Amino acid sequence: MAEAARAHVPIVRLEGAGKTFGNGTRALAGLTLDVRAGEFLTLLGPSGCGKSTALRLIASLTEPTEGRVAWREPPRPGAIGFVFQEPTLMPWATVAGNVALPLRLRGTQADDVSARVTRALARVGLADFAASYPRELSGGMKMRVSIARALVTDPEILLMDEPFAALDEITRFRLNNDLMAVAAALRMTVVFVTHSVFESVFLSNRVVVMTPRPGRLFAELPIDTPFPRDERFRTSPEYAAQCRRVSDTLSQAMEAKP
Amino acid sequence: MSGKRLLRLLLPLATLILGGVAWDLVVRLNHIPPYVLPGPGLVLQTLISDWGVLWDSLLVTLVTTFQGLLLALVGGVGLAVLFSLSRPVEYAFYPYAVILQVTPIVAIAPILLIYLPQHVAVLACAWIVAFFPVLANTTLGLNSVDRNLHDLFRMCGASRAQVLFRLKLPAALPYMLEGLKIAGGLSLIGAVVAEIAAGSAGAGSGLAYRIAESGYRLNIPRMFAALLLLSVAGIVIFFALSALTHLMLRRWHESAVERES
Repeated sequence: MAEAARAHVPIVRLEGAGKTFGNGTRALAGLTLDVRAGEFLTLLGPSGCGKSTALRLIASLTEPTEGRVAWREPPRPGAIGFVFQEPTLMPWATVAGNVALPLRLRGTQADDVSARVTRALARVGLADFAASYPRELSGGMKMRVSIARALVTDPEILLMDEPFAALDEITRFRLNNDLMAVAAALRMTVVFVTHSVFESVFLSNRVVVMTPRPGRLFAELPIDTPFPRDERFRTSPEYAAQCRRVSDTLSQAMEAKP
Repeated sequence: MSGKRLLRLLLPLATLILGGVAWDLVVRLNHIPPYVLPGPGLVLQTLISDWGVLWDSLLVTLVTTFQGLLLALVGGVGLAVLFSLSRPVEYAFYPYAVILQVTPIVAIAPILLIYLPQHVAVLACAWIVAFFPVLANTTLGLNSVDRNLHDLFRMCGASRAQVLFRLKLPAALPYMLEGLKIAGGLSLIGAVVAEIAAGSAGAGSGLAYRIAESGYRLNIPRMFAALLLLSVAGIVIFFALSALTHLMLRRWHESAVERES
C-alpha cells in the first residue's frame, strides 16, 4: 500500500504549460499534468501533438511560453535522465565513454565513474560491450547504451522521447520488457512519449491521450493491470480490451476540435 | 575483389608506361634535341646525376610546405573555433578569409616579397592558400554537431569549454582532417608559386627555384627532373595525410571503416 501512497505525490507538475515557437507554430496549448512519483506515465498522441515539447519542458531544454513547470522540490543535478528518439551517442567514444559522459561533465571522481558505468551497463545487459564503439552495435544495443547513459546518474525521473520508434518489433518488445523490469527495480518515475497504443498499454500505469496540434490533454486512462507484466500479458484478452479502449480514445482525440 | 583491386593498381601503371613509351618514341623518331624536349630516359638520368642539388632543394621546399601546413592547421582550426564562439568575430573576419582565398596567390606573392624577408614571404604564401580549406571544413564540422547531443550536454550542465573540447572538436575532426588533406597539396602549390616569384628576384634554393633557374640555363632535362620530383612530393604528402586520417578515424568513423561482404 506504500506504493499506492507514493504514487499520489506529484514529483513535477505542468500547470497550463504551452509552447509557441518563434515561427508562430503553437506546439502545446495549456497542458496541465501531474507526474506522480514512481509511476510509469505515457503521453500518447499523433505526430506533432507537442508530446516531445512537453518532455523538453520538463527537462528544462526549453522554456514554456505560457503556464509553468512546477517541481515538488528543485531537481538535484542528475535527477533527470533523458533518452532521445535516436540513440544520440558520441561515435568517437566507446560505450563506456558514452555512458560515463553525464558523470564526467560534472567532474565525478574517476573510480566512482567506472563503478557506476559498470552498474548501468549491467542493468541494460551490455556489461560485455564497454570497450566497443557505437558503430559496432545494432540499433537496439545502441538504444540500450543510451538508456544506460540516462540511468548512470541514478535519476529520479526518466524522460523518454519515442525511444523505440525506429526499432523492429522483436527488438522493441525485448526493450519494453527490460525497461519495465529496470523501472520497477529502481522504482523510477518514467514519462514515456510514444505514438504506439500497444506500447503505451503494455508499459504504463497511466496513459495520457493528447489532441493533435496544438496539443492538449484529451483523456487520462489508468491501466490497472498489476506489475510485473510479462509476454503473456501481450496476448491476454485484458490487454486487447485495454488497447481497444485507448485506441478508441485516441480516435476521439484526433477528431476533437481545438 | 582482389582481382578488381589489382586492376585498379595495374591500369594506371599501364597508362604511365604507355605514356612514357609514346613520349620516348616522339622524341626519338622526330630527333628532337634534349634542349627542346628531353626523353623520359634522359629525365631519369638527370634525376640521378643531379640528385645532390635536387634533393637539397626538395628538402627546402618540403620544409616550407610542412611549416605552411602546420600554420594552416593551427590558424584554420583556431579561426574556426573563434568564429564558432563569437558570431560578431565571424561576421567581421570571415569575408576577408574568403577574399584572401579567391585572390590568386601568384598576384599576392610578389607584393609579399617586397615587404617580408624571403623565407617568411614564401611561408606566408603557403599558409594563405592552405589555411582556407582547414577553416571552411572545420567550421562546417563545428556547426554539424548533433543537436540532441548538444541538448544532452546542456542538461548535464556542461561548460562552454566542455562543449568545445568534448563535443564540438571531436565532431569536427573528420571534417578538419579532410580539409587538411586538401591543404597539403595547396601548401606545396603556395610554396612553389612563392619560390618562383622569389627566384625571379634572384634568390632562393627551393625546388621551384631550380626549375626557374634551369629554364634560364636551357637545362631542360633538369627542369623535367625537378618537376617530376615536385609531383612525387605532392603525391607523397597526399597519401601521408590520407594515412593520418585513416589512423585517427579508423575506430569510429564510417568513412574509415572497411565495408564487409
